[in-house]
Formats: sequence, C-alpha cells, structure tokens
Amino acid sequence: MSGLMIFAALLVALFVGAYVFRFAGQTATGNAPRFRDMTFGVAFGYVLAAALFIWAIYYYFQPKVLDTGVPNAGVVFFRWAVQGFIIAAIAAFLFRLLGRMVGTEGTKKLFRSMPLTAAFGILVIIIYAVVAVFAGAIAPYGQAEILGAANVMAGGDPAIGGNPDYPLGTDQIGRDILSRLIYGAQNTVGIAFITTCLAFFIGGSLGFLAATLQGWLDQLLSRGVDVLMAIPSLIFALLLMTIASVWANELGVPLTIFMVLIIAVIDSTRVYRLARAVGLNIVVMDYIEAAKLRGEGLGYLVFKEILPNAMAPLLAEFGLRFCFVFLTIAALSFLGVGIQPPLADWGTMVRDLAPFINFAAFAPTAAVAPLLAAGAIALLTVAVNFVVDWMLHKSSGLKE
Amino acid sequence: MSSLLRIILQRLGLGLVTLFVVSIVIFVAVNLLPGDFAEAILGQGATPESVAKIREDLGLDQPLIVRYFEWLMGMLTFDLGTSFAQLNFANFGGAGSVTVAEQIAPRLSNTMFLATVTACIAVPLAVTLGILAALYRNTAFDKAANMFTLSSISSPEFFMAYILILFLAVLNPIFPSLSNIFDGMPFSERLEKSMLPALTLTLVVTAHMMRMTRAAIINLLASPYIEMARLKGLSPMRVIVKHALPNALAPIINVIALNLAYLITGVVVVEVVFVYPGIGQLFVDSVKIRDIPVVQACCLIFAAAYILLNLTADILSIVSNPRLRHPK
Repeated sequence: MSGLMIFAALLVALFVGAYVFRFAGQTATGNAPRFRDMTFGVAFGYVLAAALFIWAIYYYFQPKVLDTGVPNAGVVFFRWAVQGFIIAAIAAFLFRLLGRMVGTEGTKKLFRSMPLTAAFGILVIIIYAVVAVFAGAIAPYGQAEILGAANVMAGGDPAIGGNPDYPLGTDQIGRDILSRLIYGAQNTVGIAFITTCLAFFIGGSLGFLAATLQGWLDQLLSRGVDVLMAIPSLIFALLLMTIASVWANELGVPLTIFMVLIIAVIDSTRVYRLARAVGLNIVVMDYIEAAKLRGEGLGYLVFKEILPNAMAPLLAEFGLRFCFVFLTIAALSFLGVGIQPPLADWGTMVRDLAPFINFAAFAPTAAVAPLLAAGAIALLTVAVNFVVDWMLHKSSGLKE
Repeated sequence: MSSLLRIILQRLGLGLVTLFVVSIVIFVAVNLLPGDFAEAILGQGATPESVAKIREDLGLDQPLIVRYFEWLMGMLTFDLGTSFAQLNFANFGGAGSVTVAEQIAPRLSNTMFLATVTACIAVPLAVTLGILAALYRNTAFDKAANMFTLSSISSPEFFMAYILILFLAVLNPIFPSLSNIFDGMPFSERLEKSMLPALTLTLVVTAHMMRMTRAAIINLLASPYIEMARLKGLSPMRVIVKHALPNALAPIINVIALNLAYLITGVVVVEVVFVYPGIGQLFVDSVKIRDIPVVQACCLIFAAAYILLNLTADILSIVSNPRLRHPK
C-alpha cells in the first residue's frame, strides 16, 4: 500500500511542478508565446521528462556494489543499457557520416536524408551479414565442440567462476557461448533468409501466375490461400511440425529441412496475396498487352514484364516477411521443435540458458548469456524494421 | 437495417464454411502421417495383435471419410476423444482415462482469463497513448513512442518476457515469475500470478494498437471539418477526442479485434515462458509427445477463435462505417 501512496505523492508533485514550471516560464520571459500558449499536458511532459532524466543520472552513479558486498544488479544492468544505447547512437552517427563522405553521388544523397534509426538498422544488418558469412573464421571454438568445463560464468572473472578463455562462459554441457552466438548468426539468420527466399519464390510466382491467367486457377489458388490464412500461422506451423517430426524419423531427413519447407509454404500465402494484388494492377497496362500481342510466352510475361515492375513493394515486403519468418523460427526453436541440436541457434540457446536469469540478483553476469541470445534476435528484427519503416516513409512521401 | 442483417448473416455463413474447410485441412494433414496412431501409441512394444486391437478400438479400420465425420460430430458435441498420453497410464477406455475435453476445458478458461486481463490493461493504454501521440505528433514524445513501439513489435515475445522477469521478479521481487495457477485460487492471488504474462502480452499488442490509433486519427486531421473545429478555437485535445476520434473508431476497433485474436493464439510462447497452465502450454506439450487428438482439438479451437474474432472485426467495421453498409 505504501508503494501506491508514494506513487500518488510523486504524481501530485509532478502536477504541481508542471504548474510551477509554466508559471515561472511565463513570468520570466514576460509571457512569451512559447509559454503563454503551452497547454498543461505539454508542461507536464517537460517536467516528467526532466524528472526521469535526473533520476536516470542519479541512478547511473549509484555504487555498483552495496555495502553488504552484494552486487547492485539493477545499477549494473542500467549502466550496460545506457552505455549500449550511447555506443549504438555514436556508431550509427559515425556510419552515417562515413556514408555521406564515401561512395557514389547516389548513395551520398541517400545517406544525407537518412534518419539515425535507419542508419543504425543498416549498420546492424551489415554486421550480422559479415558475422554470418565469416562465422567459421571469427568464432574461437566450434559450435558443437564440448570443452573442458561446463557452466562457466560470463565475464571471465575467476573469482565468481569465470574463465578468461571463455569470455561469455560455457553452457550446461560445456560449449563456448560466444562461439555458439556467432554460429547462431549463420544458422538462425541463414535459415530464415533461405526460408524467406523460398516463400517469395513460391508465393511470388503463383501470385503473378494467378494475376496473369486469372479464371479458375486464380479462384482455386485464392480460395486455398484464404483457408490457409484462416489458421494462425504459429499454430499451423506447430501442427505441421508434429507431423513432420514423424516423417523426418521415417525418411531420415533432418527436421530442419521440413521446417524450412513448412514455414516457406505458410508464409508464401501472405506473399501470394501481395504479389497477386500488385500483379493485377500491372497486367492491365498497355505494355503487357503489347507483349501478349508479340506472342511472348507466360514465363517471359511473368519474369521479364511483371516482376521488374513489382519490385519496389515486394522488396519492402521482403524485409517485413523476413522478420516474421525469423521470429517464427526463433519461437519454434524456443519451444523445442525448430532448429535441432547440435546446430547452434539463438532460440534454443535462450530456452537452455534461461534459468540463469534467476541468479542475476547475486551475479549480474549470469543473466548475460540468455539475454544476449534473445537480444541478438530482437536487435536484427528491430534493425530490419527501422530500415523498412524508413523506406516506406520515403517512398510514400508521407510527411505527417 | 435489413441489409445490415443480411451482410452479417453472409459473413457468418462464410466464417462457418471457412471453419469447415479448416477442419478438413487439419484432419487430412494429421492423417498424412506414415504408419498410424496405433503404432504411435504403442511405440517400440507394438505387436501385430495389439496394433490390430487398438486400431479396432479407436475405429482406425474405418475409411478416412467416415472417421472424419465421426471426428467432426464429436467436436460439435464436445466429445474430443481420448488423449494418447493419458491412454498409457489409464486403462484404455476405462473409467480412469481422461478425455481431451476434460483436459482442455480448465486450460481454455485459464487462457481466456489471461487474455481478458491483458485486454483490460492493453486496450485503454493503447488508445490513450495513441491519442497522446497524435496530439503531440512529431515531438520528442511521439518519436520516443514510435521508436519504443517499433522495438517492442519486432522483439520476440520471450525476449520481452525475460526482460520483465529480470526486472520485476528477480531484481525487484514484485510479481512471481512462475504462474502456477490452480482451481479455487482467490481472485487477487490469481491476478497477481498472471500479472507478468499479462504485462508481456500487453507490451506486444499495445504497440500495434497504439500505432494504428495514431495513424487513424492523423489521417483525419487534414479533413475540412477538423479545420473548422480548429478555426472555432477549440483546444487540440477537444478537437481530437470529440471530432476526430469517433470517425477514426472503425480502424481502431478493427485492429483491437485483430490483436485480441492474436492474444488467444499467440499466447503459446508466453505461456511456456511463465509455465502458465493455459491451452497454449498444453498444445506445445502435446506437439512434443505427438499426442495427436489433443493437437487436433487445440488446433481447431485456436482456428475457431481466430476466425470468430476476425469475423467480429469485419462486422464491427461494417457496422461503424455507413459507407461499407451500402456497397455500390
């Protein structure tokens, strides 16, 4: 109950503060328009932001270790978060600066109008791509290599059970977490990328085909897609994975291949919808008519005439679809039916390492490994979303 | 009004047809399995005699189409069959075996409880934040909210869940990190235990609803009647709440219904993280042990909920928008 009382008192203090702030501004500036027309909500917002800022600075400089010798984990995490945010912002800023100086006139122009979030997104995507491609060269150990000690703590401090050889520690059967994180980029991102490409190939070509031919084929495909879309995708994927796991046993094919196919088919329904809608707008154009009169075949029509003209919306959709596929694969792996061991994968790592979070109050580094794996997933999807958001904003020309 | 009724009936019929086809898809998909259930139940110890016995008992020797209609009839009368996992323990078909319906019913109500709690927090929060973001558009508040919502939409649910566990259960023990809920628990305790999963889901769905509210309101701000309201000298808050919001309701209601559909189906991961005894948890467990009758039944329930809520969204947006009520 006292917590509620404190909260209410803080709220009242903020209200009073906002009123005082506006009044002080009005008298100090001789009723300048900025303060004269300020609504109470805006004043409250300023005071709230200032209060939060002051609290953040105060909290940031709290001691890392309490008097009793117990680490003050909240402060440690807060410092990491703030430092990470500042480093990310600086890196994005420098990257944008670099983009403005180096490159062709076109890319320079692109970087000049780019918001910081989009620059950050592009930077993150480039880093992930590099790590994924060169994972074998970067990672200190193999992804399935079982090393000497299990459950080594992150941080490399021997006093609390760390080991400088394994900067992020080892997991419950003694595999190096840093190496597995790096290989995870290759496996998780790589498999998601392949799946998305496959989904686009299936959905895109069927969608264009339906738009070009129309008639009964269009009806058949569209109604089929309607039915498949009526089942929630994660649920449907789980159902099909149950069946696939039996098939995989029977045929001796890795389950991961089934997973790629299943998710590609489920996601291709969404791509089909978009491709068909875009395709329908294109097939009524005169140049399609001209191509048909020239006697061009179906393949030429779809790939040489429709596809190039439908590229822009499909590319934006590719980014979003990749995020969905990536999150679905991560969720399936987290639930234990996705990418199978010994392949390193972020979703599985989160599930396996999650119990360590419960020790965070005594040893903040214990929670690092599971949160890094989950954070790696989040960071990539956030980055892709930032870039797609910017692209959509730019192409739609929306200002408000 | 009769045309409205006709449209609603039309949509309802369409929804029923969809559900019927979905049930066929689920049934056929499951029956594509190599071998059959009898071997799956018996596992390593299958002898030809015992397989034949179970096939007969489960009616697996019937043709596919007969079995499908029997299953469908069972579904309609809430007789969902017997779970394989329970078969191993209890005497098959005897008094001790637990039916799928008995297994699902309490968990379904738990999931509904979680979804209701989440909706009660998320919907008012999202609409308020959306109105504020529209009111203070293009300010620091709007940009911060935009960045925050974009991040929370794109993060996986379990990331959000573990962050919340870290801060609200481990570092500051406010809520329990395990939601072990059982029957006969007092309401307040039940609420406290399901708080963390509800907050996680709130974070995931609020972002989407809030962005939609903001976009729907901002879309209207260029219209002449808003200009008029401004010229009359109304305050920005009043312009938005009294003039813009009622006309923006259709898309907002639509997105709320869609997010509720997501709540019922997307709880799977969150329930697993918090060990919440809901239907999502049951579904994942059954998937892992290949308990086909349970998987089938859960799948159909999820699909039905999803279709129903999408249907509601459809109908509500038609009801709230006169232009859709009178198609040309």
